[in-house]
Amino acid sequence: MILQNKGTEEEAKDVFQEAVIVLYDKIKQGDFELSSKLKTYIYSVCRRLWLKQLGNQERAFQDVSNYDEVIPVEDDLAKHREMELQLSLMEQALEKLGEPCRTIIHDFYIGNLSMQAICEKFGYTSADNAKNQKYKCLQRLKRLFFSTT
Amino acid sequence: MMNEQDFIVQADRFLNGEMDSAERTAFERYCEENASAAEQLATHRLFIEQLKHHADRAAFKRTLASVADRYHRPETAAAATHREPILVTLWNRFKVNSLVAASVAIIAVFSTLWLSGYYKTIEKTTTNYSALRRDMNTVKKNVNAQNAVIRNINNEKQKGGSSESHFGATGFIISPNGYVVTNYHVVKDADSVHLQNTKGESFRADVIYIDPTHDLAMLHISDSAFKALKNIPYTFKETESDLGEDVYTIGFPRDEVVYGQGYLSSRTGYAGDTTAYQLSIPVNPGNSGGPVIDSRGQVIGIISGKQTGIDGASFAIKTEALLKSISAIPMDSLESKLTINRKNSLSGLKRTDQIKKIQDCVYLVKVY
Repeated sequence: MILQNKGTEEEAKDVFQEAVIVLYDKIKQGDFELSSKLKTYIYSVCRRLWLKQLGNQERAFQDVSNYDEVIPVEDDLAKHREMELQLSLMEQALEKLGEPCRTIIHDFYIGNLSMQAICEKFGYTSADNAKNQKYKCLQRLKRLFFSTT
Repeated sequence: MMNEQDFIVQADRFLNGEMDSAERTAFERYCEENASAAEQLATHRLFIEQLKHHADRAAFKRTLASVADRYHRPETAAAATHREPILVTLWNRFKVNSLVAASVAIIAVFSTLWLSGYYKTIEKTTTNYSALRRDMNTVKKNVNAQNAVIRNINNEKQKGGSSESHFGATGFIISPNGYVVTNYHVVKDADSVHLQNTKGESFRADVIYIDPTHDLAMLHISDSAFKALKNIPYTFKETESDLGEDVYTIGFPRDEVVYGQGYLSSRTGYAGDTTAYQLSIPVNPGNSGGPVIDSRGQVIGIISGKQTGIDGASFAIKTEALLKSISAIPMDSLESKLTINRKNSLSGLKRTDQIKKIQDCVYLVKVY
């Protein structure tokens, strides 16, 4: 469908991936009820995503006849969009943070490294020093994140 | 009271489950007692959650990407040889647009060709027309052009006239004792002139006065069979008529009387001629010399010609010029008195009734 509607293969892959993400999120939320085939769900999501993209780019589309059945997925997509928005904000903030802060934060909160390990990794003179540095990075990140929201 | 940094450290430990139960309870109580601390904890927790969520999502995307890669790799190996060149991708995208653009271009080309072809088939009078239109130089040039145009109308008539006078022109009575006016170009070079009325009676007439500058000629019916009319129903309007005036003419573009209807388009005639009007009225060769009458039954002009190749450009000589011309006729050319009618008996009548009365005064001019 995407190829027929002015898309390239790359774009098709991206849209599909996004649809999978939507599916994944929905499942994680735990309120996913599938009343028809999985294929149909994925197709509906893909279709909505693609049409939205075309609409945003103002490219006229033709031949939007359905290749398959469609189920209404607007709500899911709305939630998905919100989530994506938050995530992109976080991404922006992280980017603005730059190194080494980004890695420090990542290691501590996600890698769950101890202060000692971080201290060694980054070559700080003491764990306390590392702690201070991490705190400063965290504050900066928070400031960045909340300023962009 | 802890400072913020320490608090955050504790909060992290709390959230990560690094505290033992005693520490946990102590911390929780601390938060309960301190509203701001509780708030800080809440925001911090949310923030960290978002950070983790972000990291999770990034990892997930990477997984998807690598899976997709593995999935698509065999295809891309095969497809690598056939990577579409940019041109083909563009074509695929813009197929429809280019189709529409191409058909518009084709239509534009063909319609231009048709239009210019069409113009080629019109006779050279169109070149006259366009030449005339641009030519604002001298009045003389324009007058010559006008004469050429009128000659066109005249020639048609004369061609017919030499054999059987199927075509002629029109003239109408100006005085009940047999004075008739028509155009000069109608009777120019005529050997003899005959006037035929609507009843079919034909009378011989003489040209008694010509006024070439105004394209007028006065005839007098010299035939003894002619009986003077009692009175003329129409009068001659001496003042200017207004634009949009509803007018009509009676004439002989064929040997039956023909009615034509139109309106006054301009107070001047061809090339600004102040002695003529421009009308929008259907006239054809043979209408020359016919009267132009307004809704109240007054003659406002005489049809003199039309400009070929233009819509709505027929010309009539103003009555004012006609009257001046008449008054200029030298007395010794007139056998009997030429009286101009001042009593209008048409003004209240319906158009159809006006015509019935007028048509007795309008003649088919046959020129041999």
